[in-house]
Amino acid sequence: MAEITFLEGLRQGLREEMERDDRVFILGEDVGAYGGAFKVTEGFQKQFGDSRVIDTPISEAAIVGAAAGAAHLGMRPVAEMQFIDFISCAYDMLTNYVATARYRAGLPTPIVVRGPCGGYVRGGPFHSQNPEAAFFHTPGLKIVYPATVRDAKGLIKAAIRDDDPVLYLEHKWLYRRIKDQIPEGEEILTPIGSARIAREGKDLSIITYGATVWKSLEAAETLDRDGVSVEILDLRTLLPLDDDAILQTVKKTNKVLIVHEDTRTGGLAGEITARINERAFEWLDGPIMRVTAHDVPLPYAPTLEDFVLPQTDDIVKAARWLAGY
Amino acid sequence: MPGSTSLPKAPPIPAGLSRDQLLEIYRFLRLTRTLEERLTALYKQSKVIGGLFRSLGQEGESVASAYALERGRHRDFLSPLIRNLGSLLVMGAQPVQILRQYMAKDQSPTRGRELNVHFGDLELGYLGQISHLGDMIPVMAGVTLTFKMRREPRVGLVYIGDGATSTGAFHEGLNFAAVQRCPLVVIGEYNGYAYSTTPERQFAVRNLADKAKGYGIPAVTVDGNDVLAVYEATKYAVDRARMGKGVHFVEVKTFRRKGHAEHDDQHYVPQEELDRWAKNDPIDRYLTQLLSNGWAEEQDLKDIDGDVRDEIDQATDLCVNEPLPPGESALSGVYVHPATADRLWFRGLHG
Repeated sequence: MAEITFLEGLRQGLREEMERDDRVFILGEDVGAYGGAFKVTEGFQKQFGDSRVIDTPISEAAIVGAAAGAAHLGMRPVAEMQFIDFISCAYDMLTNYVATARYRAGLPTPIVVRGPCGGYVRGGPFHSQNPEAAFFHTPGLKIVYPATVRDAKGLIKAAIRDDDPVLYLEHKWLYRRIKDQIPEGEEILTPIGSARIAREGKDLSIITYGATVWKSLEAAETLDRDGVSVEILDLRTLLPLDDDAILQTVKKTNKVLIVHEDTRTGGLAGEITARINERAFEWLDGPIMRVTAHDVPLPYAPTLEDFVLPQTDDIVKAARWLAGY
Repeated sequence: MPGSTSLPKAPPIPAGLSRDQLLEIYRFLRLTRTLEERLTALYKQSKVIGGLFRSLGQEGESVASAYALERGRHRDFLSPLIRNLGSLLVMGAQPVQILRQYMAKDQSPTRGRELNVHFGDLELGYLGQISHLGDMIPVMAGVTLTFKMRREPRVGLVYIGDGATSTGAFHEGLNFAAVQRCPLVVIGEYNGYAYSTTPERQFAVRNLADKAKGYGIPAVTVDGNDVLAVYEATKYAVDRARMGKGVHFVEVKTFRRKGHAEHDDQHYVPQEELDRWAKNDPIDRYLTQLLSNGWAEEQDLKDIDGDVRDEIDQATDLCVNEPLPPGESALSGVYVHPATADRLWFRGLHG
């Protein structure tokens, strides 16, 4: 069994769905001849032709809007944002049109909007964003955010088959850094709405997603040597949240640290905290704490980016503090 | 006329330019290319932190269009794109500022927060772009609307690439500026590729100028690698805007001779196309024009080349070993009040 990267897992998932279902097509900037800015769709245009792998003008509103129209008529479009930072140009389409289509008018809108997100790569303020919070507040959208090779593949396949619009956020820091062995021929479908225990533990739970799953795992190794046993819950789907999995880990360890790369104010940690508070307050042996990015735009210089974003060492210190509470 | 046959007379310099101005334009062209070559070397040494964007082949239209503005403190105003390094230099940005930006130095104009040419100077009159293409068209509509409201005889100039004319912001901004008759000149850069995407996949019109006409804006298409033609067309548009006649669109046909950024080997560009455009280099053409018309001596140009090299060497030496910004400086300046964002709780914890 060969080892493949996170990016290859995503690519396999996309390819398998296009081979399985000819209603699936891809549209985005430079996805065809160039194979996408990060080469996710490399070779696709050759395999599937330029009517199923469409190079579009630079217009995220047109890409998402056209995907919605095609989806109404039964197609299964996968729209790529070259960098997820540009999804803001389609904010109106996604929040006003796509997210409300079923509720307002009974319109089927099974689209996937995917793209590279996240920092730790010196990309500066417009090539590093985590946009989940901007859409988390929009009923009608689903948001998935894989951290493993298996879920990169399993979630893109599930997102394409899902009957609702799904934002699929792929962390570019994971693209070629994370590798795993995936059995060939196995149909991998990660259910949307289901979190995953990334590590079992008993003293404290870290609830996280995306790149910080890996930073939390790294922190857990260090904490383990200190005698602190950390459980890590990888959310995988952000909307809808897997409340059961969250409550289960809270009841098991009684202490919660929420870690995300997105900025603090209005970030997902606030919502998760509120839900635990509402449903498992009596199970807590300490305050729910957050390790997040600082509330500033993400700067370019390595020294600045490292300061702003949550680092493994921050997770170690915060968890140690909470364990001792 | 008796006596006039003994010496061949240089043809008159077009567009009302003086010989000194012709040489100054040459200096900006050379400065742009030499600075980018230096940046390429620094990129290869991993001293440039992020991507490196070249304007090879587009220096002519950048420099010539900006040169048509009135420059200095509180004069005309310009918003460049990543391939308008030359325009920035014309407006008074210093090579050391560009070098510091690319290397994310503490002393860079954005103190390490932003990349490459994403910086501005409200006094010298330039405003940095963001990565979201098209956004600077409405912003520059607002800048020039203010000139109009204040009855200041100032003009704005903004660039838009062929690909970015597909964005909503471009159309909305252009329409707004047209309706308000803002003193704005738009330079539409038709350079053949938006990342890997050709104009045929970007729009169904032949010329960018065709789009401007839909907003009731006069538009002209010029050879973007002919420095003096670009200058002349832009100068006409700038003068017209200054007279209160509204927006003008100047399309420059040129070619992006490097990949989208240094990482991109542009394998999707046919070699013949690259070869053809290499023979149509704007600096080579301008240089030949200066010499063959007798507007400059070879030694003048060599002196400028040498001065430019020295200037770039000095700028590099000055900043290459400067420190990056201290991490905690990232917290300041999100708002006027509060001046500093919260330092999060976990940073105060010990071991």
